[in-house]
Amino acid sequence: MKRSLENIENQFEMFQILNEKGEIVNEDAMPELSDDDLKEIMRRMVYTRILDQRSIALNRQGRLGFYAPTAGQEASQLGSHFALEKEDFILPGYRDVPQLIWHGLPLYQAFLFSRGHFHGNQMPEGVNAVSPQIIIGAQITQAAGVGIGMKKRGKDAIAITYTGDGGASQGDFYEGINFAGAFNAQAVFVVQNNRYAISVPVEKQSAAQTIAQKAVAAGIEGVQVDGMDVLAVYAATKDARERAINGEGPTLIETLTYRYGPHTMAGDDPTRYRTEETDNEWEAKDPIVRFRTFLENKDLWSEEEENEVIEQAKEDVKAAIKKADEQPKQKVTELMDIMYEELPASLKEQREEYEAKESK
Amino acid sequence: MAQMTMIQAITDAMRTELKNDENVLVFGEDVGQNGGVFRATEGLQKEFGEDRVFDTPLAESGIGGMSIGLALQGFRPVPEIQFFGFVFETMDAISGQMARYRYRSGGTRTMPITVRSPFGGGVHTPELHADSLEGLMAQQPGLKVVIPSNPYDAKGLLIQSIRDNDPVIFLEHMKLYRSFREEVPEEEYAIELGKAEVKREGKDVTLIAYGAMVHTALKAADELGENGVSAEVIDLRTVAPIDYETIVESVKKTNRAVVLQEAQKQAGIAAHVVSEIQEKAILYLEAPVLRVAAPDTVYPFSQAETVWLPNHNDVVEKVNKVMNF
Repeated sequence: MKRSLENIENQFEMFQILNEKGEIVNEDAMPELSDDDLKEIMRRMVYTRILDQRSIALNRQGRLGFYAPTAGQEASQLGSHFALEKEDFILPGYRDVPQLIWHGLPLYQAFLFSRGHFHGNQMPEGVNAVSPQIIIGAQITQAAGVGIGMKKRGKDAIAITYTGDGGASQGDFYEGINFAGAFNAQAVFVVQNNRYAISVPVEKQSAAQTIAQKAVAAGIEGVQVDGMDVLAVYAATKDARERAINGEGPTLIETLTYRYGPHTMAGDDPTRYRTEETDNEWEAKDPIVRFRTFLENKDLWSEEEENEVIEQAKEDVKAAIKKADEQPKQKVTELMDIMYEELPASLKEQREEYEAKESK
Repeated sequence: MAQMTMIQAITDAMRTELKNDENVLVFGEDVGQNGGVFRATEGLQKEFGEDRVFDTPLAESGIGGMSIGLALQGFRPVPEIQFFGFVFETMDAISGQMARYRYRSGGTRTMPITVRSPFGGGVHTPELHADSLEGLMAQQPGLKVVIPSNPYDAKGLLIQSIRDNDPVIFLEHMKLYRSFREEVPEEEYAIELGKAEVKREGKDVTLIAYGAMVHTALKAADELGENGVSAEVIDLRTVAPIDYETIVESVKKTNRAVVLQEAQKQAGIAAHVVSEIQEKAILYLEAPVLRVAAPDTVYPFSQAETVWLPNHNDVVEKVNKVMNF
C-alpha cells in the first residue's frame, strides 16, 4: 500500500522554472515570453502588491468592506491570468479579485464589491467572468459547466476557476473536476495552496501529500507548481489551456503559495496559528523579489520603473475609491428590479410600498 | 388533440422546446438512452442527439453547478433531479446560486434553468423519494415553483417554464404521472406562470390545492355537493409566486376557505395562503381558514402512507368544521 502511494506522489513533483535567487533552473520549460511580456508581468505583480497594501489600509479606515489579502500570491494569481485570453471565462473565489481586475473589471467596481454594492458585480459587457464566489467549491462545478458549454459552442476558450487548499476538501471540488473529466470540458482548475484555510493548516485537510494528485480521482491531468514562481505558473496554465482547447481534457493545477496577510480583514489574527519562522521562510520566497532579480539580471527592470508602477497604482486607487464614493446609494426598489426579468405580483406590491418610502 | 398521460405531456413539452430552441439542453441521471426512470425523456436523445439530451455522472450538486455553467454560456438547461428528496445534495446550486445569479450580478447574468423533478406519495416508494419539499423552494427569493395537476397544464406550464428567463423548479407528482389521460393539444401552447385556475365554481367554501391534492379536493367537493355544500376548487398550479388575486376574489365570494397540501403542516405553502387571506379578506371571513396537511413527522414508511397522507375524508371533515363554525 505504502509503495503505491509513493508511486502516485512521485508523479506530482513540484514544477519550477525560477528559483529563489531568480535563476532559471529549468531552461527547457522556459515559456516563450517577449521582453515586453516579462516587464508587463512584473508591472502587474508590483501593482497588485500595492493594491493589496492600499486595500488593507482602506479597510482599516473603514473605506472598504470585505477584503481577503493577496500579498504573496501574485505569481499564482497573475501568472495564471497572464496565460489567458479575453475570451476565457473566470470563476474566481473570494480572494481572486486581482484576476478580475486584470481581466477587465474596473478598479472602482472591485471596491464596490468589497463594500457590498450591486454595481460592483455588474461585469462590463465583454468581461467574461462572474463576481467572486463566497461558497467555497460552488465555482468548481460551475466552471465545469462553463467548460462543457464552451466545448459545445466550439469556442477556442477555457473556463478557469480558483479555490484554496481548504476548498479541495469540498464535495463540489470533486464533483466539479469529475464532471469536467467525464465531459472533457475546456476547463482549468487552480488550487492555490497557501497552506492555511483560516487557521487550519493544509495537513489537517487531507492525508494526501499533494493536492495535485486529487486529479487522479477524476482521471484528469494534475500538476503541482511553485506558486511563488510566476514563470512556472504561467507555463503550467498556458499548457493546460492549450490542452483543453485541443480537446485533451481539463487540468488541475496546484500552486504552492503563501498569504503574507491575514485570511480576511474581518478580525483574523494569523499570529494565533502561524509562527514567525514560517512567515520568514515564505517571505524569502517572495515572487516579486525573485522575478525582480531575474529581470534586473537581464537589464529589463530598474528601481525607477518600479517606482513609476507604484505611483501609478496609488493614483489609480485614489481615483477608484473616489469614483466608488460617488456611486449612488442602493435603493430597495433597485434590489427588487434585479430579482426577475418580470416582477411577480407580490413583489410588485412590495415595490409600490418601497417606492412610496423612497420618494418621501 | 391526443389522449395523453401527464408523463407523455411532459415529454411532449420537452420535445417541443428542444425543437423550438437549439439552446435547450436536457440532462440528468439516466435521462439519455434510458429515457428517464419514468420515461419522461423517452426517445428524446434519439431524436435530438447526445449533444442535446445526455446522461450525467451521479451527483446532484454537480448537475446543478453544470446547469449554471451552461446557462453562463447562453444555454437553456432543463436538468432533472431523479427524485426531489435528493434536492438536499444540490440546495446550494439551486437556492444559494442559480436563484441569486441575476441579483448578484446586478442583472448581467441570467439563469434560464428549469429543474424538473418527481415527488409525491401514494406509490410506496422507498425512503426520501416522495417527500414534499416545495416549501423549501418557495422560501427562496429568485425561484419560481410550478406543480401541475394534470396533463394539459403540465405541457403548457413546462413549455412556459423552459421559456422563462429565471430559474423554475418544476415538480411532477409521481402518482399523477399515469393515473389518467386527457385531451392535450399536439401543437405548442403555454400557460402563464403564477396563475391559478378555478377548477370548479362554488359558493359556500373555497378549497385551495395543488398537485395531487387538487384531485382530493375535487373528490371531496363531489361528496360535499351531495350534502348540499357548494365548494369552489382552486388549483394553484404555481406555488411560488402564488396567485393571491384569484384566491382572495374567491374567498370574498364564498367567505370560507380550507387550504390543502400533501406536505406536513409545518412545511408546504399553506401557511402563506392563510396569512395572505387574513391580510386581504379578514372582513369577509365567516370562519377561520383551516388547513388540511400531513402530520409533522418524517415522511411515512411506505406501508403507513394510507393512514398518513391527507385524503378526501380529511377535507370533508375540515370543511364541515368551517361550515359549522
